[in-house]
Amino acid sequence: MTSLAGKSAISLSRIAIYAVLIFAVLLYLVPLVVMLLTSFKTPEDISTGNLLSWPAVVTGIGWVKAWATVDGYFWNSIKITVPAVLVSTAIGALNGYVLSMWRFRGSQLFFGLLLFGCFLPFQTVLLPASFTLGKMGLASTTTGLVFVHIVYGLAFTTLFFRNYYVSIPDALVKAARLDGAGFFTIFRMIILPMSTPIIMVCLIWQFTQIWNDFLFGVVFSSGDSQPITVALNNLVNTSTGVKEYNVDMAAAMIAGLPTLLVYVVAGKYFVRGLTAGAVKG
Amino acid sequence: MSSVAAFSKASPFDALQRWLPKLVLAPSMFIVLVGFYGYILWTFVLSFTNSTFLPTYKWVGLAQYARLFDNDRWWVASKNLAVFGGMFIAITLVIGVTLAVFLDQRIRREGFIRTIYLYPMALSMIVTGTAWKWLLNPGMGLDKLLRDWGWEGFRLDWLIDPDRVVYCLVIAAVWQASGFIMAMFLAGLRGVDQSIIRAAQIDGASLPRIYWKVVLPSLRPVFFSAVMILAHIAIKSFDLVAAMTAGGPGYSSDLPAMFMYSFTFSRGQMGVGSASAILMLGAILAIIVPYLYSELRAKRND
Repeated sequence: MTSLAGKSAISLSRIAIYAVLIFAVLLYLVPLVVMLLTSFKTPEDISTGNLLSWPAVVTGIGWVKAWATVDGYFWNSIKITVPAVLVSTAIGALNGYVLSMWRFRGSQLFFGLLLFGCFLPFQTVLLPASFTLGKMGLASTTTGLVFVHIVYGLAFTTLFFRNYYVSIPDALVKAARLDGAGFFTIFRMIILPMSTPIIMVCLIWQFTQIWNDFLFGVVFSSGDSQPITVALNNLVNTSTGVKEYNVDMAAAMIAGLPTLLVYVVAGKYFVRGLTAGAVKG
Repeated sequence: MSSVAAFSKASPFDALQRWLPKLVLAPSMFIVLVGFYGYILWTFVLSFTNSTFLPTYKWVGLAQYARLFDNDRWWVASKNLAVFGGMFIAITLVIGVTLAVFLDQRIRREGFIRTIYLYPMALSMIVTGTAWKWLLNPGMGLDKLLRDWGWEGFRLDWLIDPDRVVYCLVIAAVWQASGFIMAMFLAGLRGVDQSIIRAAQIDGASLPRIYWKVVLPSLRPVFFSAVMILAHIAIKSFDLVAAMTAGGPGYSSDLPAMFMYSFTFSRGQMGVGSASAILMLGAILAIIVPYLYSELRAKRND
């Protein structure tokens, strides 16, 4: 690309760069490939072959067994994730709207207090939260988990929307107010139509967080109300019976597929959410 | 501030409009005050009581903290956190920065490569832990693979070695988080003024030197954020341990988060568990407060 004189040296270093990058690609892919290969093998095949050997017989039995074990928990996760994501995003949008365009005395202090929530180690709230859920009659229910995820998701959802709305020019809102538009009218007619990117970021972030949650799941649910992450952990770490690694790997794939799918389909927003939530949080 | 309707006449509509923002924010304010700060206080109180399976409010002073510090398992967990956190942060940073710098060299198929590096971040730590537990399985995992491929003397049994099991957690955590750090630095690199690099090149500096002396130092804030985030992930690490080792063999791969869970919810030692949670909070605060402080100051100076 540059001068001819330096060409051989440059192409040599470029080969080295490509080699490192491709080697890293392979390394990152190994666990996924191993999981897929193992999930389609028979248990005998697993014990005779190795991680990267091609299945002697490609069989879906691992997937069938895994689905039979985890399908109820998969639906639990959906029942928990969908409402929690929608509600926490909606509240976050309204909070962000107030915190950026309708500030009042104390609202900045509140924002500061909320910001800390992004870093809160949940271990410090687990016990009181479980007492509260018990009092509300929501202990060990998926509804209880929805509540918990909404409450402890608020910090991030509010942060997303607040930081996004701060960059919208004030004049827009002021003009609308002079025309007599009210709080909700401005939100619905002006703010919301501009919010699609940040809504996507927030939905994806919350979906990944809540679907992948294990701590709240294991503490606040039991038996039939457990989310898929807890069920997967139970399956993989049971010490009774013969280990069926094909079933373990298929179950792990099932637990990982929804978020992987979201990542592949909407990767742009996923990355933006990660960096926004991380850098600004 | 400028958007507060300060001079509106007190017609009922205006009054409502003035109160609406506060009303909308009120539930969240309540939730944050109670569910965040109130609950922390509650846990703090519990750490001074002799609560076991159920909360009791009999004051025992610092006895639970004393028991915690007498507990060998707590020290193992804390030491593991130092080892795990230190290695995890260092290795993830090195890999993340290296990949970001290499990817920034007008690479063909960059988008595809980025997608591959980052996909682990979409997975639950439980899935990651399950996968790596299998990969590191002594006798059946990589252990066997490399022997099958002709490396006769290869042994990899860290997962059942109390002295090395922490490294297994490091490997899995690095695999999960390094792509994310790569993405952070790549975003940072894209913001670096290209004319600086060109000027240095004209001065005859080699590209590696330019990166080392000029470009990377200019990414200090990104380094800072990355370390914060990684430290935060490390301190909160619970699911990875649960899935990969459950703290074992014995309690040799325990981390504070795992310790807290098992003392509070399995062993019925709520007091000790709360004390450990408060110490975890202390560790996070020690890292976060200077960070938030500098962030807020930087924003004010903008």
